[in-house]
This record gives sequence, C-alpha cells and structure tokens, in this order.
Amino acid sequence: MWEPSQDSEPVQQKAPHWWTAPERPAWEEEPSKAGLAGKGIALSFACLAVVFPLWIVIVTSLSSRKTIDEAGGLVMVPKGITFVAYRELLSGGQVTRATIVSLLVTLVGTVFSMAVSVLCAYGLSRSGSLAHRWILMTMLATMFFSAGLIPTYLLVQSLGLTDSYLALILPSALSIFNILVLRGFFMGISQELIDAARIDGAGDFRVLWQIVMPLSRAVLAVITLFYAVGYWSAWFNASLYLNDQDMMPLQNVMIQLVQKQEAPVGLGQAIRTGQLSGLAIQMAVMVMALLPVAILSPFVQKHFKKGMLTGAVKG
Amino acid sequence: MANSTVPRSGAEASTPVKTPVASGDAIVARKEQGSGRLSLRLRFRRDRVLILMTLPALLLVLVFNYLPILGNVVAFQDYDPYISDNGIVSILHSPFVGMENFQRIFEDAAFWNAVQNTLVLFIIQLVLFFPIPVLLALLINSVVRPRIRAVAQAVLYLPHFFSWVLVIAVFQQMFGGAGMLSQLLRQNGHDGLNIMTNPDTFAFLITAQSVWKDAGWGIIVFLAALASVPQDHYEAAAMDGAGRWRRMWHVTLPALRPVIALLLVLRVGDALTVGFEQILLQRDGVGTGAGEVLDTFVWWNGVRNQDFGYAAAAGLIKGVVSIGLVLAANKVAHLMGEQGVYKK
Repeated sequence: MWEPSQDSEPVQQKAPHWWTAPERPAWEEEPSKAGLAGKGIALSFACLAVVFPLWIVIVTSLSSRKTIDEAGGLVMVPKGITFVAYRELLSGGQVTRATIVSLLVTLVGTVFSMAVSVLCAYGLSRSGSLAHRWILMTMLATMFFSAGLIPTYLLVQSLGLTDSYLALILPSALSIFNILVLRGFFMGISQELIDAARIDGAGDFRVLWQIVMPLSRAVLAVITLFYAVGYWSAWFNASLYLNDQDMMPLQNVMIQLVQKQEAPVGLGQAIRTGQLSGLAIQMAVMVMALLPVAILSPFVQKHFKKGMLTGAVKG
Repeated sequence: MANSTVPRSGAEASTPVKTPVASGDAIVARKEQGSGRLSLRLRFRRDRVLILMTLPALLLVLVFNYLPILGNVVAFQDYDPYISDNGIVSILHSPFVGMENFQRIFEDAAFWNAVQNTLVLFIIQLVLFFPIPVLLALLINSVVRPRIRAVAQAVLYLPHFFSWVLVIAVFQQMFGGAGMLSQLLRQNGHDGLNIMTNPDTFAFLITAQSVWKDAGWGIIVFLAALASVPQDHYEAAAMDGAGRWRRMWHVTLPALRPVIALLLVLRVGDALTVGFEQILLQRDGVGTGAGEVLDTFVWWNGVRNQDFGYAAAAGLIKGVVSIGLVLAANKVAHLMGEQGVYKK
C-alpha cells in the first residue's frame, strides 16, 4: 500500500455518449416511460429553479438602458449585449476598489488559512505522537460552543484590529471542520511511506511538502475552495470592524447597492439622467460577486464527496 | 507568524529539523503507543516538529475561541464602552451589577419575541427544509446516466457557494417590490407584490432562501450513504419479487436512516442558530416583529445600542442553552449508536 486508497480515483463507467445509460443489470425491470418523464421533469424543475434567476440577473446586467425600459425592468430575452455597466463599474471608483479589496483579502486569507490548517492537520495526523490528543481535543471543543458575539467583538477591538484588514482574516481564519477533513485525509496516507522517507533523511516539513501534500491534491483543492469562498462571501466582520467606507469589500458594497438601492458613488448622476440603468448596475455587481465562485466550484466538484466524508469519519 | 508559511522547496524544508535521522529519534515508530516504554523526553524530541506545526493554529484558537469566553463577565457588569478605547481596560473599570442584566432581559418583551421567532423559524425550517435534500438525493441517485448526473449535481451545488448577500439580492430581484414577480403581475394588470418585506410570510421566505442555497449541497451526505448500499441487496430484493418502490422502501431508505437520524439530532442541537447573517440582512426590511431572532437581538443591543452588558447577557443565555442542547443531542446520537460528535 504505497498510495492512500482514497487518493486513487474510482474507475468511472465509461459511457459512450451522455444519453446512453450504462448497461442495466439483468434483474432490474425496464424503466417505465412515465417514471422517466416524471424524473426528468422533477430534475429539470430543480435545476431551473437555480439557473433561471441567475439567467435573468446575467442577461439584465448585459442589457442596455433601452432594452431594460422596454422590458419594464428585468430582461428575460437578451436583445443585444452591452458591457456598459461593467465598464462603468470597473473604470475606477467604489466598486472597482471593493473588488480589489475582496480579491486581495480572499487571496491573502486563503493562503494564510491553508498554511495554518495544513500544518496543524499534519501535526495532528500521526497517531501516537506526543500531546496530539490534547491539542485535538482543545480544537474539537470549539465546535461545541461559541464565546458569543459581544465578547469576540470586544476582544478584536482590544487587539487593535478595528479598521484593519486583519480583522477580516484572523478571527475567522480557521475552520476546525476543515482541519478535521485534512487530518482525516492525511491519516489515510500509509505510515510506511512516511517512515521510509524519514529513514531516507526527510524531516517532518519535508515529508509534508514532498510526500503528503502531493498525495492530497484532491482534498487540498476542496478545502482551498471552502476557505476562498468563505473569505469572498464574508461581509459581517467588515460591517463590524471597518468604519471607513472606502475599505469595504465587494459584498458590503453590494448590500448598499442592491438591498438599500443606493447608486454607486460617482455614478448617481449618470443613472438619474438616464445614461445608465441602475438595474443593470445592480445586476452587474451581483454577477461580479458570483462569477469567481461559479467558475471555480465545478472544477473541484468531483472531489466534494471525498472531502466531506474523510473528515467526518475519522475522529 | 513565522511558522505559518509552508516552505517553498525541499532545501528550505530540511533546515528546521536540526537533528539528523541517524541520531535515532526519527526511527522510533510513532505507532508504538506504549508511552511507558518511551520517556517523555524522547517522545518530545521525536515529535517536537509535529507539535511546532500545530502551534499557529492552536494560538489562533486560543486567542479567538477561548480568550473571548472570559469577556462574558460583561454580562454581569454595567459595561461602559466609553471608559477606554480598549475593551479590556473598560471591563476592568466597569462596575459589577450581579444579575441585573438578566433580570432586565427576562422582563423584556423584545427578548421573548426574539425567542419565539427563533423557535418558529427553527421548526418551520426543520419541517420544510429537511426532507428536500433526502428527496433530491433519491432523485439524483435514480439517474443512471453519469453525465446528466454530474451536470445536475454541478447546478444544484452551485448556490451553496454564493454569499448570503448574493442569495438575498437574487431573491429581491425575483420577489421584491421591483422584482420579476411584481413586474409580471403589473404587466398583467394586477398590483405588485413585495414578498421581501412581508412579516407574515417571513419564516417561509427564509426557508425558501435556505432551500435554494443549501438543499442541493445537502444531498452529498445522502448520496454517499446511497453509494455504499451493496448492489446485491437490490438484486436479492428483486429476486424476491420486490418492485422499484418496494426496493426503495426496504433497501434504500433503511440505508439512509442512520444518516437522517444523525443529521436531525445534530440540527436539533443547533436549534437556536437559525441563520444569523441571512436574517440580519433582512431584519430592517421586514421589521423586528418577525425579523428579530436571538442572534440579531444580541447584535442590535450590543453593536448598535452599545448596551454591551445587556447584549452579552442575552448572548450568554443563548450560549449556555445551546451547549446544553448540543450535549443532549450528541448524547442521543451516541445512544443511537452513531459516532456523531465529529460531524458538522
């Protein structure tokens, strides 16, 4: 067993074409037409419930002021595509700044969280090592309680993190669940492999970097996505700890623009005079918030199940 | 944060470990748990790098999860945030008032309103949300064409990765006063309809948002349980004359039962948390009558009203009751023979 069993992909049934079902076992009866139709309708409905609102948001964000007025608001059928809303939003100003802030916080935060989590998960993954039970229990216990919003708020304030981007990273940097998932995966890597590397002269850091991490690409991808999505989606800590409106990340700006229906700083005039559609601007901000996530998550999708389960099974 | 960065190359990686393997400590197998055999000092020498690796995470947990527990003393104080910019200094100089904050809370109708809203939301979410991932998983599991399955999963998982701000914005564009639904109604000669600010239907709106965002994601656990059912169970059932539905009832559902039971129990343990960010974002739109839950009550009184002692007391009540619920729920999970503690 030189490879952890979890890391080898299960052999996928190779279907010749996407509508060709794999061969039905001899004991299974042929599916009824009505059953197939019912399943098809139910599944299409579920998927449409997700896709349809997103379609409207995307199409409206790409529509001109004229198209939006003709449609009476939201646009279902695109009539010509214009990127004017995006151009305005990304040509400097409030939304551009907020997007850059969000991207940087996400990048720095994710690297920091991953580094700390991977180190910790590996440090706790070698069974029989000194004190690992105690450290693990200390961390696990935090899944059962929360110190509360007010004490946490007072602490972050006392640490002088107010009005600093560190307040968006440090207090929420770790997810114990993510560490458990990583640890569960690392534990599946055979001890013989690691012992062999150590006898060849590798220290723990080197074992982690050159043996454990390359064998864990799938779970590392999943956890990276989880952390990145967490940072990208966060708005509450910014609303608590940042006072300067110019420092706000994209989600907080989206609250102002969409929920409170305010015009972006500097674009109010253009919207009032009818050069720009306020609705298209709102939609464009929403698309900017969903785009990175929608692009990244399908790539990691095939590993989700694996990532969710390894951590759950092993304590 | 010196320890927090992963070395970029093998050459750097080898530097932190000064002791060469030849000295013997690395060869002591960690599998041997008999700590009596090895002296503590030898085990420390052997494992110190591993311990070192956990320190950054341990430090973060101690500072941001454990240290704030002490801050709950403000629940017993008439905390004055204006004494100092530093919260710790303010705590040290604020007068203790015993249980006064708690007395005020129990006489506060707004608190009981928040408790009621929390429980109502919990129950409605439990009844209306919980079955949907199970049904979706059964549906997806019955799709045999791998491509269709993969595409459907990709679509259904997607909203889980959206922020609450985005989910609520999407709902606003669909069901708000200027949303899709109102637009269609108006174009057909009816009045517009703003579901987003209607307190009477707020609990259902919240549930619908949760379903849209997370029901798809919830199927993963069930799909895994379904994948672990041996195919020959189905074959044996078919041989005994069971049709599709009876196979689902007698083979598939029993395989899901432990997972369903476990998730139910854990959800109950988390009953007092009903979606803080989601509700806080909509609290002002719908009003506090329907939109105030325990978590937002704490936020409002503390962060907005600067009545920190009062808010901390409310938070402490919620925290203590929650710990009780979590422990009780896990006890039940264990009684059912499940290893539920480590599951989120």
